[in-house]
Amino acid sequence: MATVIVVTSGKGGVGKTTTSASFATGLAQRGYRTVVIDFDVGLRNLDLIMGCERRVVYDFVNVINSEANLNQALIRDKRVDNLYILPASQTRDKEALTKEGVEKILNELKQSFDYVVCDSPAGIERGALMALYFADEALVVTNPEVSSVRDSDRILGILASRSRRAEQGDPPVKEHLVLARYAPDRAHRGDMLTVEDVLEILGIPLLGVIPESPAVLQSSNAGVPVILEDGSDAGAAYGDLVERFLGKDLPHRFTMSQKKGFLKRLFGGS
Amino acid sequence: MGLFDYFRSPPSKSAALAKERLQIIVAHERGSRRSSPDYLPALKKELLEVVRKYVPIDQSQVKVHLDREGGCEILELNITLPDEEQRLGPQR
Ligand SMILES: Nc1ncnc2c1ncn2[C@@H]1O[C@H](COP(=O)(O)OP(=O)(O)OP(=O)(O)O)[C@@H](O)[C@H]1O
Ligand SMILES: [Mg+2]
Repeated sequence: MATVIVVTSGKGGVGKTTTSASFATGLAQRGYRTVVIDFDVGLRNLDLIMGCERRVVYDFVNVINSEANLNQALIRDKRVDNLYILPASQTRDKEALTKEGVEKILNELKQSFDYVVCDSPAGIERGALMALYFADEALVVTNPEVSSVRDSDRILGILASRSRRAEQGDPPVKEHLVLARYAPDRAHRGDMLTVEDVLEILGIPLLGVIPESPAVLQSSNAGVPVILEDGSDAGAAYGDLVERFLGKDLPHRFTMSQKKGFLKRLFGGS
Repeated sequence: MGLFDYFRSPPSKSAALAKERLQIIVAHERGSRRSSPDYLPALKKELLEVVRKYVPIDQSQVKVHLDREGGCEILELNITLPDEEQRLGPQR
C-alpha cells in the first residue's frame, strides 16, 4: 500500500515545490513508482518546475469532477521512469477540492504507486488542509528565519490535530524537517539561525539541509528538478535527503561554513 | 577563539535574538493549542456510546473538533449516520 507524503510549510515561498519535485524525482530514480500532485489550485507551479507544462491536458480538478480519468490526466515524466505528475487546476474556485474528491483520487493512486507526494500550497486554508489531511508522513519545509519557523510550528500543530490520522486516533503523521535555503556562512557569523537552533525550537527529526544555491534558480529556469543537476550542491543535498528518507544513515553535508579562513586564503591549500 | 578571528568582525547577535523571540512565541502558541483538547477523546468516546444506543455507527463517523477564534472557542461535532438500509437492516 502506498505512502502519502505531504510537503508543507505554512509560509509561502520557502521551497515546497522545489522540494516536492526533487523528492519525487529521487524516489522514482531509485525505482519506486511515484506520483507528485500539485495541490496549489489556481496557481499551478509544479509542472513548470518539472518541465512538463506544455503537456498538461487535464488536471486534478477535472479528475475529481469526472471530466477526465486519472490515466488521461497523469503526465509521465520523460527523463525518469516510474515518475508521474498530476497538475493543479487553474480554476479560481477553491471549493473545487472536496475531501471526498481528494480521497477518491488518492485511493485510486494508492493502488498503483508506492509513493504519493502532495505539494501543498502556502497558508493554512482549505488547499493546505486538503493536501495534508490524508498524509501518512510530512516533510515540513522551513527556512532559517523567524516567520518561517513559527509557521512550521503551526503546521505541526495542525498535523497533530486536523489530519485524518489525528481525527481517527490512528498513529500520528510522521514528521520530517527539511531546512531549506540554508547559508552556513551567515549562520556561522550569527546572522542567521543555525540548524541546531531550528531543531531545538521545532523538535522534530531533521531529514535534510538544503543549502541556498544558485543551482535552484538555474534548474527551475530549465524545468529540471535540481536533484538531476549533477554536481550541484542543492541537488546532492536532495539526493542525500531521499536516501535518508529510505532509511540510510547519512551525515548532513552543507551545514558547515565553506569559507576559507584568513590563513588558508593567504597560503592557499584546501 | 583563534588568533586570526581578531581580524573578523565580532559575531553578530542577530540570530540569538531571533531564537529567543521564537522560543517565546512558540511556547505561547503551543500553550494555547494544548490547553483543552485532552478531554476531547473521552468526549468523543462517550458520544459514540450514546449515539450507538440508537444507531449503529463506528468510530470514524464521529468527528469532534475544537477551534479558537479570537477569545472564543467553537466545539464542532460531526456525526455521519449510515444509510437508511444499513440502519434498519439488523434491527428488523
Ligand atoms: N535552496 C534554494 N536555494 C536558492 N533558492 C531557492 C532554494 N529553494 C527554493 N528557492 C527559490 O525560492 C523560490 C520559491 O521556491 P518554491 O516555489 O519551491 O517555494 P514554495 O514553498 O513552493 O512557494 P509557494 O508557497 O508559493 O508554493 C523560487 O524562486 C526558488 O527558486
Ligand atoms: Mg509551491
